[in-house]
Amino acid sequence: MGTSEIDTPTGSGPPIRVVLAKLGLDGHDRGLKVVARMLRDAGMEVVYLGLRQTTGTIVTAVEQEDADVVGISMHNAGHLTLGPMIVRALVDADLEVPVVIGGVLPDVDLPELAAAGVAAVLGPGAPVDEVVATVRAAARGNGGR
Amino acid sequence: MAADDPVAADPAAEGPSVGPPADHPVDQPVDHVYVDDLVTSSRTGSRRATARLLSIVERGGDAADLVAAATHPHVGTAHVVGMTGAPGSGKSTITGVLTTLLAGTGRCPAVLAVDPSSPLTGGAILGDRIRMGDAAASGVFIRSMATRGHAGGLALAVPGAVRVLVAAGYDPVFIETVGVGQVEVDVTAAADTTVVVVAPGWGDAVQANKAGLLEIADLFVVNKADRPGAADARRDLELMIDLSVITGRVGSVRPAVLMTTATESEGIEALAGAIDDHFRLLAGGSGLALCRERRRLAEVAAHLDHLLALAAEGVLADDPGSPSTGLELPTATARRLADRLLRGVSGAVTEGTDRPGTQGQANRDRRTGTGELE
Repeated sequence: MGTSEIDTPTGSGPPIRVVLAKLGLDGHDRGLKVVARMLRDAGMEVVYLGLRQTTGTIVTAVEQEDADVVGISMHNAGHLTLGPMIVRALVDADLEVPVVIGGVLPDVDLPELAAAGVAAVLGPGAPVDEVVATVRAAARGNGGR
Repeated sequence: MAADDPVAADPAAEGPSVGPPADHPVDQPVDHVYVDDLVTSSRTGSRRATARLLSIVERGGDAADLVAAATHPHVGTAHVVGMTGAPGSGKSTITGVLTTLLAGTGRCPAVLAVDPSSPLTGGAILGDRIRMGDAAASGVFIRSMATRGHAGGLALAVPGAVRVLVAAGYDPVFIETVGVGQVEVDVTAAADTTVVVVAPGWGDAVQANKAGLLEIADLFVVNKADRPGAADARRDLELMIDLSVITGRVGSVRPAVLMTTATESEGIEALAGAIDDHFRLLAGGSGLALCRERRRLAEVAAHLDHLLALAAEGVLADDPGSPSTGLELPTATARRLADRLLRGVSGAVTEGTDRPGTQGQANRDRRTGTGELE
């Protein structure tokens, strides 16, 4: 019997670990809860930080939880400030973990977010399959960690 | 992060890779050089190395054994505290406030917070950190763990994860179980001190005397003590303990019942003191040695159960059925498969056990003709 068969009951390897948070003053966490549920039902382990997190609390959680992906939900139009900020905070901490941002994000802002190192963006109404595939692709793209 | 941190380093080292799993990012090969480097970094303060070691332990298999071997020599006399209780009773909040308090007095606590994995998808929502924001800010190391299919209120990897944290210098280490019902009592073997948390309205005096969770406490906490019914909960617990004393189920030390309001940090200092007192009691006699021996046996038993369960799944999946499939009693099928499983185990010793898939009838005769038993 192979090692992986013994230790992963599903035979598909350990689950992807995702840290989900809202950054700063932004009280709308319903979307984040829905995403948490989507990722859970896709077999991922979601470390849910919820509302009013800072770059510091997110970096700490990513480090201690050995996360594969960070998901940030933003509905306060702060994404052009906070998006690059969380990417930079992770890089400064030497944590090469991809950041996926979800929320209300105008198309015109997407190139700037990509240039800042945001791995992927999910808009409102993104179906389950797209959310799961995006997070999974971000995790896979993180093979160098 | 130091340049010599093996996590940051690009490991050119070659070694037995614990194969890249299908649904997970490609990982570095985990060999003993890599693991030893991680343990060294972890012991000199690299939280990232500690986190990576915990991931390896969670993943299990040969790599986890390497970590166990590398951390075992550094396991001293750190206090391991189990926090258990029903969902919503306040385990996370208490653990968060308690560890914040301890960190403030110069101690170095860590938390393993266990939440359940979905039995259907394997996914999990790990939400304990929500209640531990202050603790994380105070430098408490917090790691969320999913049960990954293990019953009993903990993950199979918890004892190994505790070793990693203790080797890294954390003391005390808190294990927070999933929200439990009445019988998930694994934590008592995994910890030196077991704290059972209840909330007002959890049940009455009859509930208190049912078997299971309430039998295992070294300390009781009635949390949300500012709510109606807190005094009743305390009285019911005290009565239950009185009866345990009468029937001889309580040793020399009667478990204390403490009142807390964790959200207001009320009663937390007294709880910290009671937990320390219990540890001193254990350390003063033979209690601690007994705890450690019990913990070792429980870890062996848990892994044995796990391996047997996997083997049983295999036998069930391979079952060609009996001639009267559908008519056979479930208990008879189970006995027939157990029979095959146990022969498989004895055959495994000599390697090369034939899969019985094409030999259904012969196997049912218990003489396989494949030479396993001869």
